[in-house]
Amino acid sequence: MSTPTPVAAVDQSLLYPSVYKEFWQHFSKNKGAVAGLAFMLVIVFCALFAPWVAPHDPSEQYRDFLLTPPVWLEGGQWQFLLGTDELGRDLLSRLIQGSRLSLLIGLSSVVMSLIPGILMGLLAGFFPKILGPTIMRLMDIMLALPSLLLAVAIVAILGPGLINTVIAIAIVSLPSYVRLTRAAVMGELNRDYVTAARLAGATLPRLMFITVLPNCMAPLIVQATLSFSSAILDAAALGFLGLGVQPPTPEWGTMLASARDYIERAWWVVSLPGLTILLSVLAINLMGDGLRDALDPKLKNAA
Amino acid sequence: MSLLNIKNLNVRFGDATATPVVDGLDLAVDKGEVLAIVGESGSGKSVTMMALMGLIEHPGIVTADALVFDGKDMLTLNARQRRKIVGKDMSMVFQDPMTALNPSYTVGFQIKEVLKQHLGLSGRAAHQRALELLQKVEIPGAAQRLDAYPHQLSGGMSQRVAIAMAIAGEPKLLIADEPTTALDVTIQAQIMDLLLALQKEQDMALVLITHDLAVVAETAQRVCVMYAGQAVEVGQVPGLFDVPAHPYSEALLAAIPEHSMGAARLSTLPGIVPGRYDRPSGCLLSPRCPYVQDKCRQQRPGLDPKAHSLARCFFPLNQEVA
Amino acid sequence: MFSFIARRVGLLIPTFFGITLLTFALIRLIPGDPVEVMMGERRVDPEMHAQAMERLGLNKPLYAQYIDYVGKLAHGDLGESLRTRTSVWSEFTSLFPATLELSIAALIFAGILGLLAGVIAALKRGSLFDHGVMGISLAGYSMPIFWWGLILIMFFSVSLGWTPVSGRIDLLYDIPPKTGFMLIDTLLSDEEGSFMDALRHLILPAIVLGTIPLAVIARMTRSSMLEVLREDYVRTARAKGLSPARVVFVHGLRNALIPVLTVFGLQVGTLLAGAVLTETIFSWPGIGKWLIEAIGARDYPVVQNGILLIACLVILVNFVVDILYGFANPRIRHQR
Repeated sequence: MSTPTPVAAVDQSLLYPSVYKEFWQHFSKNKGAVAGLAFMLVIVFCALFAPWVAPHDPSEQYRDFLLTPPVWLEGGQWQFLLGTDELGRDLLSRLIQGSRLSLLIGLSSVVMSLIPGILMGLLAGFFPKILGPTIMRLMDIMLALPSLLLAVAIVAILGPGLINTVIAIAIVSLPSYVRLTRAAVMGELNRDYVTAARLAGATLPRLMFITVLPNCMAPLIVQATLSFSSAILDAAALGFLGLGVQPPTPEWGTMLASARDYIERAWWVVSLPGLTILLSVLAINLMGDGLRDALDPKLKNAA
Repeated sequence: MSLLNIKNLNVRFGDATATPVVDGLDLAVDKGEVLAIVGESGSGKSVTMMALMGLIEHPGIVTADALVFDGKDMLTLNARQRRKIVGKDMSMVFQDPMTALNPSYTVGFQIKEVLKQHLGLSGRAAHQRALELLQKVEIPGAAQRLDAYPHQLSGGMSQRVAIAMAIAGEPKLLIADEPTTALDVTIQAQIMDLLLALQKEQDMALVLITHDLAVVAETAQRVCVMYAGQAVEVGQVPGLFDVPAHPYSEALLAAIPEHSMGAARLSTLPGIVPGRYDRPSGCLLSPRCPYVQDKCRQQRPGLDPKAHSLARCFFPLNQEVA
Repeated sequence: MFSFIARRVGLLIPTFFGITLLTFALIRLIPGDPVEVMMGERRVDPEMHAQAMERLGLNKPLYAQYIDYVGKLAHGDLGESLRTRTSVWSEFTSLFPATLELSIAALIFAGILGLLAGVIAALKRGSLFDHGVMGISLAGYSMPIFWWGLILIMFFSVSLGWTPVSGRIDLLYDIPPKTGFMLIDTLLSDEEGSFMDALRHLILPAIVLGTIPLAVIARMTRSSMLEVLREDYVRTARAKGLSPARVVFVHGLRNALIPVLTVFGLQVGTLLAGAVLTETIFSWPGIGKWLIEAIGARDYPVVQNGILLIACLVILVNFVVDILYGFANPRIRHQR
């Protein structure tokens, strides 16, 4: 109420920063989010250029250097910055290679659940009579099983492996997209602009995808970020249980599983893969928080 | 000796350099008196009373030369001593009754809580007293209402419950912060009547914070007009209404339909209340005052006696003594 | 209140049938011939194959198979384990107390610490403590708990030697299972020192399992508390002259708890998923470890009905939380 009335009539809309600039202004205020973004950029860089970034071939076994400690410890070797594992493979190279897998699993499972999730959510929102409740009941049933257990069950049926891991995680994260989209659609459907579009004779697909959907995107983007991080976590957990990506593929969780036996002798084989998982997931979650604050202030307290 | 005596009250939010929300306020309330505080939103009416009740929280800072209630300086009391007075001898009814009651507890629980805290009543005695209080605020079916939850009550009922809670300790001073603003028009008059009836019956002082000058004219003995955190005019009710000394009081009165004498449009004061960064160095009303002169822009007037009232103006209006 | 519960029960039934449909489909979706998969061998003799199909009811149409399945469930017949030839139900009931004990310990740890940290952080908003709680809880929320367990074992068990590495109790002790809860059984037995030993076994797994719920509860309590403390009724409570403790705990926390309670209920699912990992790490003989081992051994009856039982458990707990929610929040209870 203390804003002074503008003296000269300047068209305020012309002074507005562009959407992206405004978004960045909000996002960059959150230091944690920026730190998370920076860390993720490093990871993405490593993943994209893994063969050039990694000092060694991740599956090359240096038989003379089994369980070499990291370079800063006694007995460390400069050629193995983070040490080697029980088969003499370079840990750093395997972690870098592992980032490819984790990002791949995260990205593909998000895409594979986001698209059907949005479609089903839109249908559930637009057809509240029979189709909507049916879809929602189905999602409730899926939600009755904890996500990791459902993923375990799916992998138990399909068998372990990279593709099945992706499928399992995609199925598991489907309900949250459906619920979120439906809730957003239900909120938007009562707005006047939708009524106006209806009266203007917009067809159903146009109403769904052009009129309503863009206004529901903010929470979906945030959810996509968060399910990206939980996809990485779940994939690692599956790998750790021996149900995910199979060794010798250097997946972070799988690496941990085989490192368990060396817990008393070589802490680095146990600590480093897990730390990488933790930091990546933390970075994505920080980014997600920042995104939420920047995209949709209404959601601030929703988590 | 007045019941409440406030001298030079300042309330700021933030550090000492922040613009005061209440700025050098002096105010006195006598025993059994009805005082109205009027002013537009953000003029510091509610904050003044919240400060008195000790409800201003971090980062708010309350300072005053004196904040004497019933012979005790509220500022020198410690928190525990103040809580013995707040809610008992001095209590408050808030604006929105629908949010002022705790949704998780029954009406009875919330009333008995006061009885236990201040009168040490519990069990059957507390129940009996709570029932009497609900009857006193004219709630039909009081016995059943004790077990009702706030969401089961209408706005008017909730406000009656809030009043019952406020008078439970038989206060000497009741502060009603826009008690009818959030209610339906038809209920507003009932609540005002109830408050005034209770005020007479219990002989308590009533401070009525309001926008509604019509209510002030009917109910209050004295009125304090606030503007931008300052009291700009304090006077007796019929007097101030007939011959306002301060241009702001005049403007407020001119904005009431009854006072506009059939003018085609209600009169308004141009501009808005000064905010944090554009507080004038002279009289706070100077940017908006139709009678402004150079002196007003350079110096800030004090709250001084004028012909019919106290007013904060160098060039007061209506100074002819009849 | 009665109609409130009745409505919730009404919602339970379709969900339950949905779950049975899911677990029914689970087995049918296994690629390959079901008999070969079940027997774990290739090229089964055609005669035996037909017999097995007959015995397992696999030669009937799908809907009949489903009706058979639900019919058996209704009689409490959950099939028997291919490995041990004991009934799935009795295996479940003998292992479940271990998981329950672990989960309860984890929830107590997470609940107490999370509520406390959340409330204090809210009251001291913006302070160092607040930032610390928020930072740690975000890290906890992002924690791969299977790794966290290994790290704790490495530190407390291997380096410091304070806690045992695995199991529920030392082999030295012979504790007859009475309640299935090791802490109670050790107290009932007359083996000296066994209770403390059981407690030492429990502590690390409980911390590991409680980490994510702890983070979630702390964050939720804080934000919920901050919201509630801004409410008008908190101001009313203070205007009554109530003590700060009463304002915060009676008027604030009671209302702040409502969303926290929901989250608490949702955490039960997370907890059971976490139990799978935690029990694997600590060789805790509960249903999580049982399920993973069954998957490894292709013990399909156990997998199928183990999942069914766990899903029912989650539904049941969420149902109870819903009811509790109704008690905590009068506005819900009176909804028509």
